Amino acid sequence: MSRARKRTDATGDDNPAQVATPAKANQRSQAQIIAQQARRGRGGGGGPHGMGGVAEKAMNFWPSLRRLLGELGGQKVMLGFVVLIGAVSVAANVSAPKVMIHATNEMFAGFISRQVLHNLPAGTQVPPGFTMGQLAQFLANLPPGTDTGGFDPSAIAGMIGGMDPNRVVAGIDFGVLGHWLLLVGALYVGGAILAFLQGFLLARIVQRTVYTLREKVSAKLDRLPLKYFDGQPRGELLSRVTNDIDNIQQSLQQTVSQVLNALLTVIGVAIMMFTISWELALITIAVVPVAAVVSAFIGKRAQSRFVGMWTHTGELNGQIEEGYTGHALVKVFGRRAEVEQRFKDTNEQLYTSAFGAQFLSSTLMPLNMFIGNINYVAVMLVGALKVTSGALQLGAVTSFIQYSRMFTQPISQIASMANLMQSGVASAERVFEVLDATEQTPDGTDELPVPVRGHVEFSDVVFSYDPEHPLIAGLNLEAKPGQTVAIVGETGAGKTTLVNLLMRFYDIQDGRILLDGIDTAGVPRDRLRDQFGMVLQDTWLFAGTIRDNIAYGKLGASEDEILVAAKAAYVDRFVHALPDGYDTVIDDEGSNISAGEKQLLTIARAFISDPAVLILDEATSSVDTRTEVLVQQAMARLRSGRTSFVIAHRLSTIRDADTILVMDHGSIVEQGNHDDLLAANGAYAALYRSQFAAAGSLDDVEGAPEATTDGEPAAVV
Amino acid sequence: MLMKLTKHYLRPYGGLLLGVLVLQTIGAIASLTLPNLQANIINNGVSLGNTHYIWTHGGAMLGVSLIQIVAQICAGFLGVRAAMSMGRDIRAGLFDHVLSFSSREVNQFGAPSLITRNMNDVQQVQMLVMFTCVMIVTAPITAIGGVFMALRQDVSLSWIILVAVVILGAIIGVVMSGMVPLFRYLQTRIDAMNRVLREQLSGIRVIRAFVRGAQERERFAQANADLRGVGIRIGTWFAVLMPIVMLIMNGSVIAVWWFGGIRVDNGDMAVGNVTAFMTYLMQILMGVMMAAMMMMFLPRAQVCAVRIQEVLDTEPSVVPPEHPITPAEGVYCHVEFRDVGFAYPGAEKPVLQDISFTISPGTTTAVIGATGSGKTTLVNLIPRLYDATKGQVLIDGVDIKDMDPDLLWSKVGLVPQKPYLFTGTIASNLRYGRPDATEDGMWIALRIAQADGFVRAMDGQLDAEIAQGGTNVSGGQRQRLAIARALIKMPEVYVFDDAFSALDVATDAKLRAALATQTGTAAILIVAQRVSSISHANQILVLDEGRIVGRGTHDELMATCPTYKEIVDSQVRAEDAGLLSEGVQA
Repeated sequence: MSRARKRTDATGDDNPAQVATPAKANQRSQAQIIAQQARRGRGGGGGPHGMGGVAEKAMNFWPSLRRLLGELGGQKVMLGFVVLIGAVSVAANVSAPKVMIHATNEMFAGFISRQVLHNLPAGTQVPPGFTMGQLAQFLANLPPGTDTGGFDPSAIAGMIGGMDPNRVVAGIDFGVLGHWLLLVGALYVGGAILAFLQGFLLARIVQRTVYTLREKVSAKLDRLPLKYFDGQPRGELLSRVTNDIDNIQQSLQQTVSQVLNALLTVIGVAIMMFTISWELALITIAVVPVAAVVSAFIGKRAQSRFVGMWTHTGELNGQIEEGYTGHALVKVFGRRAEVEQRFKDTNEQLYTSAFGAQFLSSTLMPLNMFIGNINYVAVMLVGALKVTSGALQLGAVTSFIQYSRMFTQPISQIASMANLMQSGVASAERVFEVLDATEQTPDGTDELPVPVRGHVEFSDVVFSYDPEHPLIAGLNLEAKPGQTVAIVGETGAGKTTLVNLLMRFYDIQDGRILLDGIDTAGVPRDRLRDQFGMVLQDTWLFAGTIRDNIAYGKLGASEDEILVAAKAAYVDRFVHALPDGYDTVIDDEGSNISAGEKQLLTIARAFISDPAVLILDEATSSVDTRTEVLVQQAMARLRSGRTSFVIAHRLSTIRDADTILVMDHGSIVEQGNHDDLLAANGAYAALYRSQFAAAGSLDDVEGAPEATTDGEPAAVV
Repeated sequence: MLMKLTKHYLRPYGGLLLGVLVLQTIGAIASLTLPNLQANIINNGVSLGNTHYIWTHGGAMLGVSLIQIVAQICAGFLGVRAAMSMGRDIRAGLFDHVLSFSSREVNQFGAPSLITRNMNDVQQVQMLVMFTCVMIVTAPITAIGGVFMALRQDVSLSWIILVAVVILGAIIGVVMSGMVPLFRYLQTRIDAMNRVLREQLSGIRVIRAFVRGAQERERFAQANADLRGVGIRIGTWFAVLMPIVMLIMNGSVIAVWWFGGIRVDNGDMAVGNVTAFMTYLMQILMGVMMAAMMMMFLPRAQVCAVRIQEVLDTEPSVVPPEHPITPAEGVYCHVEFRDVGFAYPGAEKPVLQDISFTISPGTTTAVIGATGSGKTTLVNLIPRLYDATKGQVLIDGVDIKDMDPDLLWSKVGLVPQKPYLFTGTIASNLRYGRPDATEDGMWIALRIAQADGFVRAMDGQLDAEIAQGGTNVSGGQRQRLAIARALIKMPEVYVFDDAFSALDVATDAKLRAALATQTGTAAILIVAQRVSSISHANQILVLDEGRIVGRGTHDELMATCPTYKEIVDSQVRAEDAGLLSEGVQA
């Protein structure tokens, strides 16, 4: 059973006592729980995260919590203000029942007066102006055995003894009652305004803090080396910036205000309870440990089932994903029954743990409520004794009941916040890890000549990703302006390495890479990269129009420049076939244009940036042959007159290159031009021959008439 | 839709729900009795100083309270059980139904969307049912009971109930109508934020190469600011809601106290009755509030239910025959397409038209054509991943629509364009092809698929772990494992859908040579981009815009088919015999 339902009943139980404030705190919590669930629900994202809070455990809870709260520090003044408002608002709410005592007493005095006046022994008259004090005296002096209509005169006398002795024995004084009710009303109105103000400010504080946190991460990502991004799955990082920060926001939003108010309320209420009656206060406080033990007992058991629930949820999610992604295979290989059986088993496990978790946590509130009711009866009993003895007035007892509710409620609230806080701090730790990651080395201040001619030189370059596996040791290489360097080899890793070094995505461990004679290590990275153009096989386009994607190559590119680049890269041709032309929006997956067309777009983007040095990747898998020809032609055009590093697949490119770098398992094994390398009879020659042999089945193709691309003779191997 | 779905799936748990209703009613009655008892304790016990009365009635109160919590815990037990069972059944129903889909229906929804519907959407509906059972259902019972009890306490104060309920309802209505669209808007802002970030992470090299860090941060800041903006607006609504609701509640308490005071003074009411009345009023208002809060859950659950029902209502386009026909004795390894056409419903142009060809036992037929020419669709017709919309596909002389699907699938070995591997080990993936495969058999299949080398080099060899989808091995390795998986099955018909694309030419050639020794009398259908992969085929079909525009051997086609010649020419230029093609990626 859910906690909110319990609260309704809790309100019910203590209400006769709660003459004044109808369990404000209780109702608030119920509404808040529903609201929280609504808020949590809206994320709707995949996986366990989307479905609510598992209490992930933080590794260093307290230091991380302190740091997280430190993130709120940017809003110190506002935060201080919120604390102040919260204190006043809590004070108003806490004092309202106390004020209400007066209203209750007035009503009770009026009521008792009526009772007494109606039940006096026949013939007894109360003179006008007769006070409660006198009435008490009068009742005390009644001879034993007087007919008093069923009530005990001495008990009533005792009760009256606790009342204002100067009050005249008469019905309710509505002037007095109205006065107190107005005062209580004013407290409520004030409290409501302050509560609104607090929520209003807090929403801003939390949102701004989270905004700043996201900005910090964004700025940090900008300064992190490529190594960092290559070292972990993209989804993981993405999740830290989105899910984790979202979780932090929810934790902060809910905990900051509630923990604050709950603490203030506990303090305020405890004070109030002791001012009314220390004996009753002790009874109430004694209930807290009992409730805590019960909650801890059940909470612990529910928690382990919740963990199971999320584990099975993840497992089931994986199975569904696999079944749907490999849908055709499951069917064709006749594995449906097996897959369904596995699903059924996991689904059953999920059901069992989810049932256990939800049921256990639903018992928490009824049990606590019952404990509350025991407390209620105890307070009533002791309270009644004190009322009859005149030590307390009825209003004080009823107000006290109210306070005891207000006291236990925030304590269980703080307890439930603890889980939420755990989860929030765990998320914060994951975000802090990103913020604390080692940044790339600071930029130098050296200048490149203007214009850059594109003379690239590697001098004794040493590099490896991992000190244990040296990759490049003492590479020397020179590409004069306009020359082409072809990089060949079977593995992808080595080729990416060259790109990484040229663009300074990674820093070399020793040696120098020079551009026009300047050591690139001393040049600001942005200035260096401005000189390079890059067309990789892994086309990257952002969700935006075709025009914007081309213009990405040059800030503030004019319409004419875009058109020129588009024409040079054969983009113009297919763009006209699209309904919206250059305004066609490339969607998330880029599925509305083909892979080959995407490649052409990236070439156009490189064209418009007009770089001095080019890095090209010729590989074209999954491009149909006709587009492929266009891609090759566009690349050839882009290359003319620029220093180019080409990850080469076409024999003509390789043969015509000024330098060929042969890579194997990431390191450079040979270097030279086509003829030299063939003559050397090394790795290149072997590779060349193996390809020649492999292509044997292409006999007929070779016999085809020579086709030409941009005047280049077709390579016939 | 929500009603329809829950009604259908809760039917088996009607008994549990009835139990919930009965128990919650008992609980509600108990909780409604409590204020009365308490009023009596005040009126007759505390007011009159009667401790004996407090003892006895306090005991009674605890007894009632005990009944209440027992009823509620039991109702929780049944309600949670019903809700969770329903969730489990919907998940299973969805999963089962989706597995009966053909590829067409799966593609129509998309796997990610189906996964979300199967898990998250079901979760939402399940939570709504649970909340309804354990909490929301008590709201109307308590509220109506509260009205009844309050009227019993005093009829003439009842106008306060009316006024408070109306004002509370109105205010909650206003706030909800303001917040619900904001929640929807918030979701779009979160999506936008995620999109920007995903792009920036995947394009980090390009962004840095073009020195667009500053612009990208600007884009991020914009999305971030949007998110902050809507977050603040929602926060403000929340800040308004709670204090106002509290104010109405507290205001009505003051009203009851004042007007009740008048009635007490006239001798029409006792103090205990005033407090009891107030308690009931609170219960009524809480009921109203809960009902209103539920409105916040409802739209979302409603959307989820619609999405679930959409899947359940989609009929699989490929249905097994009622009276399956078994192929005649001695007919095997034979595939025939007879005037086959395929069109997506509502599509203007058919994907395939007038496709007729035969694959005899022991021969290879290749299909080549530009992207979008319908090659993959053609291939998918054979295992009935789609059904032809015109004509017939026959295997061993039987229309596959008349064949038992299990029999059909046992005859076909498919290597799909995207070579998907399943979580497990190399061995468990190979056993997908043949559950009783021996280790020796696996190594043979791996050797033919040119995969034995790298599998031997892996930790654990046949027991090496494979991540979901096979993402921990390279594309080329994945393809070769998928080929081995089909080989080990030893099917009558091999279907290779662009299955050699990630292999370098040398490996491709070796694999094909080894394959020829293994496939024996099987019929083979190969789809490829690369001419070199298919030039040896007995029959090549050239597809263009869904039609066969040329058929014959490589030599014949070079002489007669311009489209084929065009493809060959472009590859000679583009590939230059494929030196160093992307093949064996580390």
